[in-house]
Amino acid sequence: MSETISLKVETQSDGRSIRPSSVARARQDQTAKRTFFIVTLLPVILIVMITIALFLRALPILNAHPFTQLLFGDVWKPSAGLFGFKPFILGTVWVTAVGVLLAVPPSLLVAIYLAEYAHTMTRSVAKPILDLLAAIPPVVYGVWGLLAIVPFVQGVLAPLSDRWLDSIPLFAINQPTGFGILAAGIVLAVMIAPLIISVVYEVFSTVPNELRNASLAVGATRWQTIRRIVLPQILPGIIAAIVLAASRAFGETIAVLIVVGNVANIPTSIFDSAYPLPALIANNYGDMMSIPLYDAALLGAALILLVVILIFNVISTLVLQRLKRRSWA
Amino acid sequence: MDPHVQVKNLNVYYGKQQALKDVNIEIPKKQITVIMGPSGCGKTTLLKTFNRFLELTDGAQLTGEVLVDGENIYDRDVDVTEVRKVVGLLAQRPSPLPMSIYDNVVYGMHIHKMKRDRREYKAAVKHYLEIAGLWEEVQKRMHDPATSLSIGQQQRLCLARGLAVEPEIILGDEPTSALDPISSQNIEARLIELKQQYTTVIVTHTLRQAKRLADYVIYMYMGEVVEAGPASEVFNNPQHKRTRAYLEGLF
Repeated sequence: MSETISLKVETQSDGRSIRPSSVARARQDQTAKRTFFIVTLLPVILIVMITIALFLRALPILNAHPFTQLLFGDVWKPSAGLFGFKPFILGTVWVTAVGVLLAVPPSLLVAIYLAEYAHTMTRSVAKPILDLLAAIPPVVYGVWGLLAIVPFVQGVLAPLSDRWLDSIPLFAINQPTGFGILAAGIVLAVMIAPLIISVVYEVFSTVPNELRNASLAVGATRWQTIRRIVLPQILPGIIAAIVLAASRAFGETIAVLIVVGNVANIPTSIFDSAYPLPALIANNYGDMMSIPLYDAALLGAALILLVVILIFNVISTLVLQRLKRRSWA
Repeated sequence: MDPHVQVKNLNVYYGKQQALKDVNIEIPKKQITVIMGPSGCGKTTLLKTFNRFLELTDGAQLTGEVLVDGENIYDRDVDVTEVRKVVGLLAQRPSPLPMSIYDNVVYGMHIHKMKRDRREYKAAVKHYLEIAGLWEEVQKRMHDPATSLSIGQQQRLCLARGLAVEPEIILGDEPTSALDPISSQNIEARLIELKQQYTTVIVTHTLRQAKRLADYVIYMYMGEVVEAGPASEVFNNPQHKRTRAYLEGLF
């Protein structure tokens, strides 16, 4: 580097040396590059550090109780030294599952429409609106759920279910409040739908138009082309988008906490209340810290949440990246 | 002349830009028609109006008529998939579908439910691969992915796939421009063989290819048809000075 700089022109025509400034600038450039690199590395370091820290802080409870007993224990009674996560884990799974099941079908239809059928104009109007939907703060969704969805579940859906589906345990009305898994699932579905739509839309655009044209050219309809050519190509991407949305739903805290009821039972019906892990942590961390192992138990819950979401995210990101890099030539 | 395709007062716009200006031509039956002209003159646009691929472009507008066997394919009650079944397309770059060689050929026949059982489909696949001059090379690897073929073979596969839905007209949008010379020759030989049975319309920007293939020539410039006529007349005695300049390689 220094050789290049000192090579030829020692002085400019007006007699000033150009060397000192060049060396200083090269050093500046190096410093800038290193700084940016370290800052870029920060998120990675942060994830690793948070995981380790959570693990260390959760260690006391992992030492006190066997891991399986924590995962599958039914009873949560910290004052009695009972820390069963099962109700919370199941609560999270139920709420996530209902949210994803409600969100996926309409989201796929919207994404297919926008990617394959819609006019450029429609697209340029619909996309920003969907992005806007994704930008609404979760607490606003929570309040909307409280004011609109909970009464809707209580006043409309529950009576309907009571009348027509009462014999099916999955739809049984075991509590009358409207707060519960279904309300949380509906709120979550609305929250994650924009995410699914935008990722699936991106996935559709990885399929080159030549393939669509090849199919249309022999007289296939749009739908035949989508079903026989496009969809089989991007199925992994669609699944990845759903997994990504599930991980978002899995970790969603405040919007769920407001409408889900927060009762630590084992749900059997979508009308039951539940108490998902994020709500457990948010509601209790900082309170009642005098109870032994309570702090460690909550951080253990956070660790479970973090690990599950990390796994979901890594898998879906890998699948999506592979899809974007794939060549069709 | 016995025209297979007639174009009447055709105008095409992309947004505000006019791509085709008042085109009136006739394409003769069971001959090779070559559309030539400098790039950007509207050759491909004209070709796309024959199988209604133009409407896949956002913002493309069309006025006028394109008649195939005397029927306007832009009439309201015309089924676009039927148009594309009758008017096949060989694209600029080979575009094998992401499936096996066999499935590529059978794709369109399945779409239109053209045969009764597996045996008939198998026979048809063999038949069209033979016509495309590919059977010998692929008969032992019918279930390999189509992308495992060389690019020249892929283009012949696409030809077989197009012919399998029994079109009457074959469009070729510079169908050899992505191929090596040997593969190009091969495709050209196929097209010459096929002109006994099919009306063929080829867009090309290489004059030599035009001379090798053409029975009928359409010369375009800036969205207008400057000259159209039998190949011998246009090549030997061009009427318009722009055509003459093009043929002499002035641009």
